[in-house]
Amino acid sequence: MKKSLISIRDFSKEEILHVLEVAKEFEKNRVQNILEGKVIACIFFEPSTRTRLSFETAVNRLGAKVIGFSDATNTSVSKGETLKDTIKMVSNYVDMIIMRHPLEGSSRYASEVASVPVVNAGDGANQHPSQTLLDLYSIMQTQGHLDGLTINMVGDLKYGRTTHSLLQAMSHFSPNFIFTAPDELKMPVEYKDFLKEKGIPYKETLSLEEHLNDCDILYMTRVQQERFTDPMEYERVKDVYRLEASMLSGVKPNMKVLHPLPRVNEIDQDVDETPYAYYFKQAENGLYVRMSIIAYLLGYR
Amino acid sequence: MVSALENGTVLDHIPAGNVFKVLEILGLMGEKNRITIGINLDSKYLGKKGIIKIEDKFFRDDELNKLAIIAPKATVNIIRDFRVVEKKKLTMPEEIEGIARCMNPKCITNHQPVKTRFKTIDNGNEISLLCHYCEKITDVKGLY
Repeated sequence: MKKSLISIRDFSKEEILHVLEVAKEFEKNRVQNILEGKVIACIFFEPSTRTRLSFETAVNRLGAKVIGFSDATNTSVSKGETLKDTIKMVSNYVDMIIMRHPLEGSSRYASEVASVPVVNAGDGANQHPSQTLLDLYSIMQTQGHLDGLTINMVGDLKYGRTTHSLLQAMSHFSPNFIFTAPDELKMPVEYKDFLKEKGIPYKETLSLEEHLNDCDILYMTRVQQERFTDPMEYERVKDVYRLEASMLSGVKPNMKVLHPLPRVNEIDQDVDETPYAYYFKQAENGLYVRMSIIAYLLGYR
Repeated sequence: MVSALENGTVLDHIPAGNVFKVLEILGLMGEKNRITIGINLDSKYLGKKGIIKIEDKFFRDDELNKLAIIAPKATVNIIRDFRVVEKKKLTMPEEIEGIARCMNPKCITNHQPVKTRFKTIDNGNEISLLCHYCEKITDVKGLY
């Protein structure tokens, strides 16, 4: 039975923990040719740097070969080929498809059409499960465990898919949440309902200062211009929070700042030099976690 | 001329505005058998209701249950020999396929020839639909 990773909800708690364990192994030894002879397609219908390069690096480090494209304009898609036909064709050539597409639900659909496993590398504003797993890996690495932590999510909690998926994934580990967002970008009701149903406590605030000192993880996000339909709304909220080193004097010693990157103005560069900055290491972790996801779905770990 | 139904199916207590949607979902738009429809009839429960009588046609439960999202209170009467031999209510299916449209403009189902698929969520008062593809919620109001 082929297994795909489309939404973080596709993985049980046990599978999440397994993938994180295997990622540790790849971090210790990042060259493991366990997939020699395999070919993996990385098809990106939408621009990406970090995600695409880290997936392609992961494939190479596992000893498999990569085919694919990073821009659909030079492909048959520009001739009007349907996603179904593209996926059917590609899945005849390769052992796995890693895809990013601007339309929501495209990866789920691709996984139903493909004869090989599909990894969702982002479907519009919907899901980006490898990001969620690398966030969890970074949390585990900095805190030593995942249980009972206080996570303060900051910024665009309305459109930001990373915060939604992280919330769903962390719900396995009895967390406390703080949602720091302006009124326009508050956490949607369906996610708050989900937390209530699971008995997970959360607080909401407008002020970045209010809960800086009582969280274990400060999860900063960028206000993403491309998700807004109303440019005025974007202008109003784009620079609403800015974290600076001087604000971190009273934080818990174990506190780490995470950010899915790219950042714009929400974290000042002077934070980079503090012991709390973890976002560059977090991005590096993406490599080990993606190696782990690929190896697990292909049945090698 | 409207005569009593000898054999067939009577769908009653359909919200008046959804009669044509019911015909569409049951695939009756090109039907050759005689169909009698009534719209804006007085109803104690619905205010105005619709009714559809279809001659010599019987439906499987899974076909009828597709109607539950637009006519949750509908009743189905099976007529044989001018007599009601069976009366049933609809049950909400857990999943519906190929009926409603997803309200998310960026959902794949609104851009490519993909059959829509939803999980039905019943919160007691209202039905909403969770898209199998984009994972967004669609209200049943304003479905078509």
